[in-house]
Amino acid sequence: MPNRITDALDFQGQALQLRSERQRLIASNIANADTPGYVARDMDFAKTLRAATDALPLAGALAATNARHIGSGAAALSGGRIGSELLYATPAQTNLDRNTVDMDRERASFADNAIKYEATLRFINGNVRTSLSAITGQ
Amino acid sequence: MSMLSIFNVSGSAASAQSQRLNVVASNLANADTVAGPDGHAYKARQVTFQTELMGQTANDPTAAGVRVSTVSEDQTPGRRVHDPKHPSADADGYVTYSNVNAVEEMVNMISASRSYQNNLEVMNTAKTLLLKTIQLGQG
Repeated sequence: MPNRITDALDFQGQALQLRSERQRLIASNIANADTPGYVARDMDFAKTLRAATDALPLAGALAATNARHIGSGAAALSGGRIGSELLYATPAQTNLDRNTVDMDRERASFADNAIKYEATLRFINGNVRTSLSAITGQ
Repeated sequence: MSMLSIFNVSGSAASAQSQRLNVVASNLANADTVAGPDGHAYKARQVTFQTELMGQTANDPTAAGVRVSTVSEDQTPGRRVHDPKHPSADADGYVTYSNVNAVEEMVNMISASRSYQNNLEVMNTAKTLLLKTIQLGQG
């Protein structure tokens, strides 16, 4: 029963983890804006989040107690790690030193990702507050 | 806490950019120096950046810092001016100045300082987000 309460938080937790990974990725791109030959990377956030949360059990899912029960998905968390699914940014303008960092786009993505990270933080805070008021019952 | 390594990444970039700024400063300072008795004038220097992976695992591309790999000297011959009265003039009356191009250095300086600012702003944003993460669940 107690994990029912935290299950709702798991999805947001995964999203937060991926947001911070993406933030680091964009920070790396900005850091390497002047490095010759550096290729900018980014991730397909929706796809990565789906891959990371597919393994999560749905809230209120049935437990398979018999071998002939239809399973409701493995409960193993993938931990939100990213790696091979990283994509390469398409250069908007060619550069003599083969660097593909587009500073305008990176700055925009960085601000966008920071706001969405904060939004995820608020969702988690709201979830926690709801659970707390349900527990105290006041 | 994967966001903590943003400080390593952006910090390495800021350090590399400040080294670039240092080299630009010494180039500009020596823009008008002349060749000494050995006949060699100051040669303009330039830094070359290289990506340095900083993730916990060996080939993690998500944390890519920067470091200065080499500082190279510009080998083009320096400016030669005919001025027989100059104390450093050679036997033919020519003075050899350094090969620093002041305009190029100014452009380099602006680019370095902009990149430095960019990295500082990235660090500030990461700091704000991390501070809010610390307060997670407190209401």
